[in-house]
Amino acid sequence: MFAIETINLEKTYAVGFWRKKPRVALRPLNLAVEEGEVFGFLGPNGAGKTTTLKLLMGLVLPTGGTARILGKSINEAEVKAQIGFLPEQPYFYDYLTAKELLEYYARLSGVEPKERTGKIDAMLQRVGLAQAILHDPKVVFLDEPMSGLDPTGRREVRDLMEELKQQGKTVFFSTHILSDAEALCDRVAVIHRGELRGIGRVAELTASVAGKVEMIWNGNAVPAGFSGLGAECHISGDTIRAALPEAQQEAALEILRRERLRLISLTPVRSSLEEYYLQKVNSAAKPAGVAQ
Amino acid sequence: MSRVVHIASNTFREAVRDRVLYNLVAFAVLLSGAAILVGQISIDIERLVVVNLGLTAVSLFGVVIAIFIGIGLVSKEIEKRTLYTVLSRPVRRWEFIVGKFFGLTGTLVVNTVCMAIGVFAALLYVSHKFQASDRWILVALYFIVLQFLILCSLTLLFSSFSSPLLSAVFAFSLFVIGSFAEDLRGFAGMSHGLTQGLATGAAYLVPNFSALNVIGQVAHEQAISGRLIAYNTGYALAYSAMAICGAVLIFERRNLK
Repeated sequence: MFAIETINLEKTYAVGFWRKKPRVALRPLNLAVEEGEVFGFLGPNGAGKTTTLKLLMGLVLPTGGTARILGKSINEAEVKAQIGFLPEQPYFYDYLTAKELLEYYARLSGVEPKERTGKIDAMLQRVGLAQAILHDPKVVFLDEPMSGLDPTGRREVRDLMEELKQQGKTVFFSTHILSDAEALCDRVAVIHRGELRGIGRVAELTASVAGKVEMIWNGNAVPAGFSGLGAECHISGDTIRAALPEAQQEAALEILRRERLRLISLTPVRSSLEEYYLQKVNSAAKPAGVAQ
Repeated sequence: MSRVVHIASNTFREAVRDRVLYNLVAFAVLLSGAAILVGQISIDIERLVVVNLGLTAVSLFGVVIAIFIGIGLVSKEIEKRTLYTVLSRPVRRWEFIVGKFFGLTGTLVVNTVCMAIGVFAALLYVSHKFQASDRWILVALYFIVLQFLILCSLTLLFSSFSSPLLSAVFAFSLFVIGSFAEDLRGFAGMSHGLTQGLATGAAYLVPNFSALNVIGQVAHEQAISGRLIAYNTGYALAYSAMAICGAVLIFERRNLK
């Protein structure tokens, strides 16, 4: 059983005065998130991230397809008791104190009065996140949880997400802050213009690319012979950075030894999530067709 | 069902904290001023004036509150996105609508009870004693509450699909037309052909607020029949239930963009 599963889930809004003009917000989306996984849903503004989350929450109704959470239809009330949701830039009832607000949400979620007191007191700091997790849900949905937060707040959210992961919860969060996704996610999906463009494990996406290595050493000029190794060199102050094929690594080291230059570092070049993201976002529309 | 109660009590709390009940101060000033003035300038009709003025004020203050709170009950929650964190919980959409309805109705009932105490106090001030016929004032107040019931359900119905401004226009128009529903029915009876059909349809479609207005009769110490009380109760409950069902049906299909 998947924690989250969408099968050809799609949404088209009717726009215009007579509501006859279709505007596709989400093309058929097939996605499966395993239980206990931290899943990043990436995409630029207007890509369809929030629409997907709203569809999963039952806030907007799908034009086609279905979605299941913990194996059950999203329309079932029992499912809602098992999920937590933090909307993007949340706004809460301004006439309630933070404590009253959490008490209200706890009552709506059916949290027993005895359980309520201790939990609420501990959660008052971050009301938005607190309301999403106070009823101990199995699946937590967070829409741009880091947006608008200062570095301390971002750190707290990251720590909390890691804590949720350690507790075995499934976390599905949308973001366009790729460093957060890279640091937190087991898997990510990239969505653009309402279409799934790619999905995969972060570790695989950021694995070594085509056996390249990066060397950094002290020096003011690129030694002769480096150009023949197919290296791309950049001089910055008194250090030189070169990226070259792994097969040429020994030859390059030999040149440095011969020239008596001090090597600072030698590391395999890894693709960043940013490269993967940009590649997927900039590529022509082509469905990813990945189920899980 | 408990979720309906929680949503209703939160709606009531919002109204109280939005200082809606401050209107009671304006009401108290109006009524005590009128009572003192009437006591000085009128002879033998003090009671008539106080009952007329008091009950009309109760009705008008309530109508204004019902419309201006009711129109924002759903749209404000969508606009401010507070609804997202409610409907992502085990709360069904119909529970949200019904909870909002009871919350607003509860606010108006509390408001009416406070104003009713004010009316009786003013009455005691000008008449120095209560009469047996004063019990009909309670019936008139009950009918006013029934009016609020209908009006709250209608504002919720409009609020479930339209903007606050349009909802206010629709609700207020229906209140005005409904206040002349008996005249509309009389006109339908005198008309012929298509006009009669249209007038009859409109007369039965709009809420019959005029049947719920017995302020004039009560002010003249006339009794209200038990049959009218039963009819008006059934009518108001059925009309409100239908309007709430309409609001639920629309809201169930609405995309919360």
